[in-house]
Amino acid sequence: RRDSSGTSRSNWKINTMIMKTNNSIYLCRQSFFPSRNSFFSLIFSIFFFLMESLVCASFIHIHAMKVKVLSRNPDDYVRETKLDIQRVPRNYDPSLHPFEVPREYTRALNATKLERVFAKPFLASLDGHRDGVNCMAKHPKSLSTMLSGSCDGEVVWNLTKRECVRTLQAHEGFVRGMVVRFCGTSFFTVGDDKTIKQWKMETPGYGEEEEPLNTILGKSVFTSIDHHQKEGVFVTCGQQVDIWDEQRSSPIRSFSWGVDSFSCVRFNPVETELLASCASDRSIVLYDMREATPLKKVIMNMRSNTLCWNPMEAYNFTCSNEDYNLYTYDMRYLDKPFTVHMDHVSAVLDVDYSPTGKEFVSASFDKTIRIFPKDSGHSREVYHTKRMQHVISIKWSSDNKYILSASDEMNIRLWKANASEKLGLLAPREKAAVNYSQKLKEKFQHHPQIRRISRHRHLPKSIYSQSKELRVMKEARRRKERNVRKHSKPGSMPVVTEKEKHVVTVVK
Amino acid sequence: MDDEDDEELQRALADDIISASEDEGGSDDERKHCKLLEAISSLGGKKRKKLTERSEASIQVSEFTVNAEGEGDKIHLSDLIGTLDKTPSALIKTKKQLKNLQHNQSTLETPLTRKETEKIQREVAFEKTSKEVSRWQSVVLQNQKAEQLVFPLNQEPSGPKRIEQVVAGWKAQTPLEQEIFSLLRMNKQPLHDPVLTPTEEASLRAMSLEEAKIRRAELQKTRVLQSYYEAKAKRGKRIKSKKYHRIQKKVMRKEYLKQFDEMVKTDPAAALEELKKMELSRMKERMSLKHQNSGKWAKSKAIMAKYDDGARKAMQKQLEVNKDLTQKLVIPADEDEEDEEESAETLPDFVNDVEPILDQVNPWMRGKLSTEPMMEESNRLHPPVWPREVGKPGEGRDDQEEDEEQMEETEEESLLRGFEERRKLRQTEDVKVSDDEEAGLSNFTSLFHGLVNHMEPPADQPKAGPGLGQGESPALLEEGLVRVRTLEDVELLSQDISASDTALLTTRDLGTEETDTQSATQQADKKRKKMIDPNEVLTKEAKVIEMPLAPTAVEDVEDKEEQRVIIKEAFAGDDVISDFLKDKRKQEEAGRPKVIDLTLPGWGEWGGLGLQPSRSKRKRFRVKVAPPPPRQDQKLPNIIIAEKRDSSIAAHQVCQLPFPFENPIQFERTIRSPVGRTWNTQNTVQKITAPKVVTQLGAIIEPIAREDLIKDIRQAVTGPSINLESDQGPQKKRRSQCSNGGYKSTLS
Repeated sequence: RRDSSGTSRSNWKINTMIMKTNNSIYLCRQSFFPSRNSFFSLIFSIFFFLMESLVCASFIHIHAMKVKVLSRNPDDYVRETKLDIQRVPRNYDPSLHPFEVPREYTRALNATKLERVFAKPFLASLDGHRDGVNCMAKHPKSLSTMLSGSCDGEVVWNLTKRECVRTLQAHEGFVRGMVVRFCGTSFFTVGDDKTIKQWKMETPGYGEEEEPLNTILGKSVFTSIDHHQKEGVFVTCGQQVDIWDEQRSSPIRSFSWGVDSFSCVRFNPVETELLASCASDRSIVLYDMREATPLKKVIMNMRSNTLCWNPMEAYNFTCSNEDYNLYTYDMRYLDKPFTVHMDHVSAVLDVDYSPTGKEFVSASFDKTIRIFPKDSGHSREVYHTKRMQHVISIKWSSDNKYILSASDEMNIRLWKANASEKLGLLAPREKAAVNYSQKLKEKFQHHPQIRRISRHRHLPKSIYSQSKELRVMKEARRRKERNVRKHSKPGSMPVVTEKEKHVVTVVK
Repeated sequence: MDDEDDEELQRALADDIISASEDEGGSDDERKHCKLLEAISSLGGKKRKKLTERSEASIQVSEFTVNAEGEGDKIHLSDLIGTLDKTPSALIKTKKQLKNLQHNQSTLETPLTRKETEKIQREVAFEKTSKEVSRWQSVVLQNQKAEQLVFPLNQEPSGPKRIEQVVAGWKAQTPLEQEIFSLLRMNKQPLHDPVLTPTEEASLRAMSLEEAKIRRAELQKTRVLQSYYEAKAKRGKRIKSKKYHRIQKKVMRKEYLKQFDEMVKTDPAAALEELKKMELSRMKERMSLKHQNSGKWAKSKAIMAKYDDGARKAMQKQLEVNKDLTQKLVIPADEDEEDEEESAETLPDFVNDVEPILDQVNPWMRGKLSTEPMMEESNRLHPPVWPREVGKPGEGRDDQEEDEEQMEETEEESLLRGFEERRKLRQTEDVKVSDDEEAGLSNFTSLFHGLVNHMEPPADQPKAGPGLGQGESPALLEEGLVRVRTLEDVELLSQDISASDTALLTTRDLGTEETDTQSATQQADKKRKKMIDPNEVLTKEAKVIEMPLAPTAVEDVEDKEEQRVIIKEAFAGDDVISDFLKDKRKQEEAGRPKVIDLTLPGWGEWGGLGLQPSRSKRKRFRVKVAPPPPRQDQKLPNIIIAEKRDSSIAAHQVCQLPFPFENPIQFERTIRSPVGRTWNTQNTVQKITAPKVVTQLGAIIEPIAREDLIKDIRQAVTGPSINLESDQGPQKKRRSQCSNGGYKSTLS
């Protein structure tokens, strides 16, 4: 009932009252006031009726009678409970609310400024590792649990308390990769000691020893591990890509395609039988678990470090490359990337998609984290702190709210995915206000002032100068190319787009 | 000697011929001789078919008449087939094939190398997987286009759940329970809890509250209208004026005819019904004595008829009416026509003095009615011609009333139908309106979608995303060394930028400063005009085209001259200079201050038609505005500098049309429509400001599952269901209602 129906105009209206008097005590005389046109006389007449009805109460039954009365529906102004907010009748006549565009513009400008003022993305730093953190893993069933593997052992973290829950010496040397089983009861780690180990998620009880559930000795070093979304199958990579059954100690399938080492392998979370891996020969190889051979590979100019599948779009994945860029591919059309994401000024080491599939976050050797919209060529956000060194691993939490970054200097940092977002529960009115300001920002995003304010980011001097330098270099290269083209035979220098530039070939 | 020779030969042939009886020695001469002969014959080179000997049936003689021992003879394929010949379904085909095989001398190709086979395998596998993956395309697109996505995707519907949803494994066990449940099931009663019965559910589903309200309102309205109509009819009935009724009836009849004509075209079945009704009325007419000149009035008229022409005419008219009413509707079929002709022939030939037309008109006199065939349905093509009104209104009353009733019925029906249509229309309108709203509200998104659609390549090609020109696409961030901490910083930042912006703007071309399209086009015109230097190219007199019809001898004119002539011709029509001057003058005029007249006629003196306020007053109240600063282009005759541009606002104005918009009007429209609560109702605001992605606090968002795909595909097949009850459009929210819910756990 509390919606637009109660406009101010309808608050006061002339109702047509039909008095049906089955048990009534109203006395009505139709010819009491002959001049019915007069409004006041009408009200008077009604007063009179009421008075008389109260006083003399003679019982005369009248079947139906129409009297026009000025009345107000109590529903329009009475609160249902006294805890409710007072109803404020509004008149939406546009002439009463002029200058809508300037007013909204001002609001948008203020919202943008406040957004920048409140943009404090850094939440916490989890320190406790005694060596650089090499890998991390999300818990698929619990938001508050998170695992990290360092160059000497590994740790399980509780994020809400920001404390280490459990430490275990998993491998000798680096922990190269770790993954939690889809059910969340156990996790797998691979390390430099050529072993795959499966561990229980639960902390061992008093007196129990910290022992792996299962240990598989491999022939070579494993560099990465990933688990199937639904089945007891996991994949590792090293010198070749191996697919393992949890119950067996030898791989059920191994793929190698003239590549000597792989750096990363990932299952597709949507089409769960598909895999993709990054190899050291600058290639990205696609596999199907059910097929005997790999599917296809694309060779790029530089090596890709890691890749991540889009969890909402089955055929899209993004890979982080050594050439400072990230590339989003449609796996059906590998001949050129769908989008090239630039902005980093050093090699990109890791990438992870947001669970909504709309954005992804990348970690770079340039000591920054950047958040990219999946379709955009440039980042919408850059995070850095003075003390954060080369970011090696990055994860986007599965409730889409936080980002975790693991870096060289033994720390794991917790960031907000949306820098100026208020954390915690929002009151409905707060939520509405946030939505409104968001909409305003979107509406006026092309206005120069708003755009400039919302785009402004502070960068460390080194990165700033580096990016500037890169820009200059790029411009120079482009200029040179243009000049060469200008002075060469027409047609002899074909125009190569930015997307095509980075792909060497597609091998079938 | 013979024997010895034999022996030798035998020895020589011993290698070749294997015989079971070899060891037997010379005991059996005849057999030996035989063998010898055979041996010799075999030496001769020509192969002869050998009779096989039966020695041990089971081993040596196979069922295919092939000797297992071989007997030194090669087995041919035809030998193998020989047995097949006996079978009636002669396998000629296989024979041929075998022959071909025999003739075909080429060897089999070597198998492909492992590398190549793998390549082929890979390609096939890739094709397969890419096809499989492409099934997601529609889902992905749908999610991209969705106005709002609520994560996790598969959320359980909120509210209380049914018992059968929660408790899955419960079964009726005792016989009593089973009996009760079977009874309940048989009667289609709810099994668990007071859940609704299927029929109730169906009824609930059939009509939402909104719809019911609308329906009720409609019914009310129809009732009211009906009562109005009835009241009107009553009033009409009470009117005593005969003329009024006559006119009324005429009008009705006309309308009825018109309707009937239409009905014949549009709804033949209904027309048929009408026809039947008419037939009934005709029958009634025949039964009655109306219009038969048998009433009191007719008798009195009959007396008068001899003397009074008018009375005679009246009687004739009545009879005509009778005829019309009782006449069967005739189809213009051939037989009928013949019939008519015949009837015309057989018409009795007497002519009454008093009623000369009577015999022609009166069907009784024609003697035709009884012989006429039954009414046919095809008559509907010829609606009956209703008789003209006769002088006596009382006579035709019944018919008229009937007509009226019919009319009423039809009118009511049409009314109801109209309501039905209106309701349908309203529903569609609602949808449309909401669509419009949404379209207006999320103009941007729709535009973007349009663009995306536009840009979407066919499924075979990779899509071209918005980041098309990667190298050129603008950065989303403005990265600098300044750290913004407070509002003051932000303020400063914006100032700085605005200053730089204005500088930029001033250096840019002047054409971009105005957002108004008109002025923009004007500007463009001006620019175009500016490009051609009029002083060089044209002279003012160049209005007449002087063009030689054929190439003349003046070919050695200079190139420049020629060029000039060509341009002259090309621009002969439009006088650029004068246009430009006019433009400039206009702009100057517009910029000049106008005198404001504040005189109020009739204030302080007499006013009225034709009275002017006094001169002194006019002088007094005419306000002159101070002249603006001189125009910038005052001394530049070839240039117009727009004075409209306000540098203080320019910093806040958009100087380029942003990406997804196609023209400035679109952009302006999105900017102009306000979003806030001050201008919109709460519902609208909620709708407009709904965020694109909604996530739940502490809910884990799982990757999209295959079940979703299947569901979506099924939806696509059945088409999107239109949600009548809800305000939100059917496609607005993709909140699928699957019991498979996202796992929830909170951080705190």
